[in-house]
Amino acid sequence: MRLNTKRFISAILVTSFFIYSIVIYTTGTSVDKGAKWRTGQSKKGKLLFQQKNCIACHQIYGLGGFMGPDLTNVISAPGKGSFYIKAFLMNGTERMPNFHLTDTEKDEIVAFLTYTDKTGVSPVKHFTLNYDGTVNWKGHDEKAD
Amino acid sequence: MKKQISIYFILFAILALLGGVLFGIIGAFQFIIPGFFKSIPFIQCRPLHVSLVIAWIFLSAVGGIYYYLSRYCNVTLYSTKLPRIHLWIFILTGFMILGAYLAGKFGGKEYWEFPPVLAIPIIISWILFGFNYFKTVFTKTDPWPVYIWMWGTGIFFFLFTYMESNLWVFPYFRDNLVRDITVQWKANGSLVGSWNMLIYGTAIFLMDRIKNDDTISKSRLAFIMYFLGLINLIFNWAHHIYIVPNALWIRYIAYGISMTELIILGKIIWNWKKNLSKALQDFHILSIRFIVASDVWILLNLVLAIALSIPAINIFTHGTHLTVAHAMGSTIGINTMILIASCLFLIPDIAQKQFSALQGRLISIGFWIINIILLFFWLALIFAGYIKGYLIIQDKLIYQDIMLQIRPYMATVAITGVAIFAGMLMIFTPALKMIKDYLR
Repeated sequence: MRLNTKRFISAILVTSFFIYSIVIYTTGTSVDKGAKWRTGQSKKGKLLFQQKNCIACHQIYGLGGFMGPDLTNVISAPGKGSFYIKAFLMNGTERMPNFHLTDTEKDEIVAFLTYTDKTGVSPVKHFTLNYDGTVNWKGHDEKAD
Repeated sequence: MKKQISIYFILFAILALLGGVLFGIIGAFQFIIPGFFKSIPFIQCRPLHVSLVIAWIFLSAVGGIYYYLSRYCNVTLYSTKLPRIHLWIFILTGFMILGAYLAGKFGGKEYWEFPPVLAIPIIISWILFGFNYFKTVFTKTDPWPVYIWMWGTGIFFFLFTYMESNLWVFPYFRDNLVRDITVQWKANGSLVGSWNMLIYGTAIFLMDRIKNDDTISKSRLAFIMYFLGLINLIFNWAHHIYIVPNALWIRYIAYGISMTELIILGKIIWNWKKNLSKALQDFHILSIRFIVASDVWILLNLVLAIALSIPAINIFTHGTHLTVAHAMGSTIGINTMILIASCLFLIPDIAQKQFSALQGRLISIGFWIINIILLFFWLALIFAGYIKGYLIIQDKLIYQDIMLQIRPYMATVAITGVAIFAGMLMIFTPALKMIKDYLR
């Protein structure tokens, strides 16, 4: 392969990387079905979620550790909800430490999980498969506000 | 006599790996025995494990590149001071990160959980590395072999994707959860592609150097595969986040690009017999042996990766231990095998010594232990992932009951993890002894 060909392909790919990145940052991620639930409290809760490293054990959209359950829809799950979350935060469990959060902090975590719940569904349990290997993402449509 | 800086990179790399595996074992036992090793709970153990293993990858890859560049690539390093500064920044930042974890101070995202301010020295160290690398290789007038391109690509893209992984500090990226997760996994996916460039480049360099034959590293096919790898680095990351409700086309692009890996798979299978018989002729060379093992793991993990990239399969496997099997298979089976091969080439080369017959035998036993046990470790994760995925979709059991169902497999992971650690000790004890003798 000639040097100029290599340089040309590299330039095309590097340019594509930057253009694709900008498209991802904008139109690719512009939809937020939970925008109405995105409040100052939920934003603080999100940072707190990071500071306590909750993701080491829990998942959001199936991403994270597997010690504890996926929390994406814990707020709307039957038999769960904000009181359920607060009970765990208050006492911890055999596997989960008690983080000694204040009442305000617990409310912030709940606000963040409420917002998260409105953004979509995880795990997706209702779907149909297509012959080309793709999936009809019915679960996401169901969660529209 | 001034000691080779690369040996310090390798020394810290080996210590990081051993520490990382140790925390991994503790974490695995915490899965099956609640309350195990309470002084370092799982929320600390996991980031300690991940960060130390990442440190192993970077320290050993970077140490190797500094050495190979100046010793074998017909160039003089632009600066010999910058690698020392690079090492110091890396080590000091590393200790601060470990200290932050042990003190329970987090704040970052998954895999980079340390307080985000510590990303600044990491970025600075990579700028120095990139500056030194490109200033050095641009003096090379003869045609560059593919590994020089791969190392440069790895450095360039790591820098950008690592900075990208920190974009969440800006509210525009952080506040919208879908954007936040998408950008995080875009960065993480490409970042792994970047370090793969550094590592696979090292594998090609080693084969080239050991066989004293640069026809492969300058061949047209090598460059075609390199560009295919680069396309995957840029576009195929979204298979990690098929279920995140971002634009649908992101998923279709990732799916389409992921399937180009079938070309790589086809090439491996097509050349399998020829390459294997060639490799077996040189199986007595320790570095070659580890590269042959990495070839086997590439095949296994590529099949798994392609399967996981198909949305209709991914919907069952996402968020299960099948993903972990892929991550572990790649990190231990591919990356670590290649980087051990690099260490076993580099350390005797710098020390101007050979391993004794006894040391060679010990390394050889370690090699077989790691590879055979890793297969059981990997299969246990695959079975655990399969069962977990099935039970989650079935939706009849609560999460902790599902975890109870996979407990025997997790116990296998923990126990085989101990055996892998023992195998690593067998490999690295002679290597550390040689480093110690050299530094004395």
